[in-house]
Amino acid sequence: MESKISISNLNFYYGKEQALHDITLEIPERQVVAFIGPSGCGKSTFLRTLNRMNDTIPIAKADGTVLIDGKDIYAPNTDVVALRRKVGMVFQKSNPFPKSIFENIAYGIRINRMYENKADLEQKVGKALHDAALWDEVKDRLNTSAFGLSGGQQQRLCIARALAVQPEVILMDEPASALDPIATQKIEELIVELKKQYTIVIVTHNMQQAARVSDRTAFFMLGKLVEYNATQKMFTNPDERLTEDYITGRFG
Amino acid sequence: MAQTGTIGDKVFRTILVITAAIILLIMVTMVFIMVWNALPTIKSFGLSFLIGREWKPADSIFGALPFIYGTIVSSVLALIIAVPISLGIAVFLVEQAPKKIATPVGFMVELLAAIPSVVYGLWGIFVLAPFVRDYLGVFLEKYFGWLPFFQGRLTGIGMLTGGIILALMITPIITAVVRDILEVVPTQQREAALALGATKWETTQIVLGNAASGIAGAVILGLGRALGETMAITMVIGNSPQISASLFEPAYTIASVLAANFADATDEFYLSALIEMGLVLFLVTFVVNAFAKLLVARVGKRMHA
Repeated sequence: MESKISISNLNFYYGKEQALHDITLEIPERQVVAFIGPSGCGKSTFLRTLNRMNDTIPIAKADGTVLIDGKDIYAPNTDVVALRRKVGMVFQKSNPFPKSIFENIAYGIRINRMYENKADLEQKVGKALHDAALWDEVKDRLNTSAFGLSGGQQQRLCIARALAVQPEVILMDEPASALDPIATQKIEELIVELKKQYTIVIVTHNMQQAARVSDRTAFFMLGKLVEYNATQKMFTNPDERLTEDYITGRFG
Repeated sequence: MAQTGTIGDKVFRTILVITAAIILLIMVTMVFIMVWNALPTIKSFGLSFLIGREWKPADSIFGALPFIYGTIVSSVLALIIAVPISLGIAVFLVEQAPKKIATPVGFMVELLAAIPSVVYGLWGIFVLAPFVRDYLGVFLEKYFGWLPFFQGRLTGIGMLTGGIILALMITPIITAVVRDILEVVPTQQREAALALGATKWETTQIVLGNAASGIAGAVILGLGRALGETMAITMVIGNSPQISASLFEPAYTIASVLAANFADATDEFYLSALIEMGLVLFLVTFVVNAFAKLLVARVGKRMHA
């Protein structure tokens, strides 16, 4: 199977504190990979190394290689802006812009100059909303504020916004942790649908969620990768004792 | 507030209520006394006081328009200069500068706000006025002399210098307020933009969009300060009650005329005229400040919703 992202010997530091230890991992194309582990285990930090979102933290430093489509994203000549367009991100807390629903989606299309005319822009916004399974709920109020949507709708809006710039990879940082079970279910169905087109990496606290949506699961603890396996195997017959203890709820 | 039974708490509460009431009392008496003392001119001149252009205290002719004009134009000029600079500093401090630089620079901006007005005025007379006369004014006349704003005699003392001094004085306050507002814009907004492939500039635009009404509030707060500023501008604006399109010409502001003439105002009418102008200034700055506070508060609320 083709690897979309290939990480080797990645170490990550916040100042003097080492947050990730020697991570090596392959993320296959058009699959869902889930990162699980207790709070503070480094799974979110790891996720954020994949689109260099950690660059915004001045004391953060990464060494090792992260190859996306064979290109090292930490190479000095990397165009971080282009990288982030290719590797989209959905955050734990939905964060729509203080704009209308339409303008939220149009924003990324506009700044990346990905449209030819108004009709094209409208068509692309519509497609993103369709793909995020939000169109039917918002089609009559595209010009109203995004803050008028429910929490679950806002999160799907953020997914649509990420889809609108046509990324290849989507990183999701606990995208459903602030949502009720029904909204969560919609997000999960959406993830399964999206993997036909996108490579998806999802960080989750919820192990059932990892089991439901992912093809492969990585278990992190204290900044180290403990086990990385097919999800099926991980949740039935893990290789590591530690993984089994965590999954069966002996700690965590 | 719930009543607690103990006497100590009752005394404590009473003291607090009294202290809070004092501020209200001061406001009310101030307005009342000003209106009372301005009654002679309010009665005999009515609206013509506000639109009259002649100011001849010796003949009991009181037209406040040149002062109102001078106050507004000098303040607006100050805003035109100060707002872009303040925004630039604030964005630099919050979005760009490493902490090692942002902290001392931010501190210095706050210190600027603490310099006494009269010191700005002295600096205005000895440094800024000659600079305007010999360099800035000459430059403006040469390249923009076709505009009516930059014609006429260039002495260095006048509206332009006054506006620049005011701009210097309100830059710290606008910068400080805008900085505080930008700091409360959630990080998630910046990350949302960055994650879509936004550049630093595009991300900053999102941040500014989040802070828009707060920035408007900061600007109006600066306007309020400029309208009421007295000492520094009195020292450089030339104190001549005229309405001229040229920014080189001297002008006069309400605050300046009050400060400069109060001691001489011996007859009842003259005093009444000055107090009425004070009332006008008070009302304008009150409304402007109230509006600014409202805008700033609205941003804070939305951020924490």
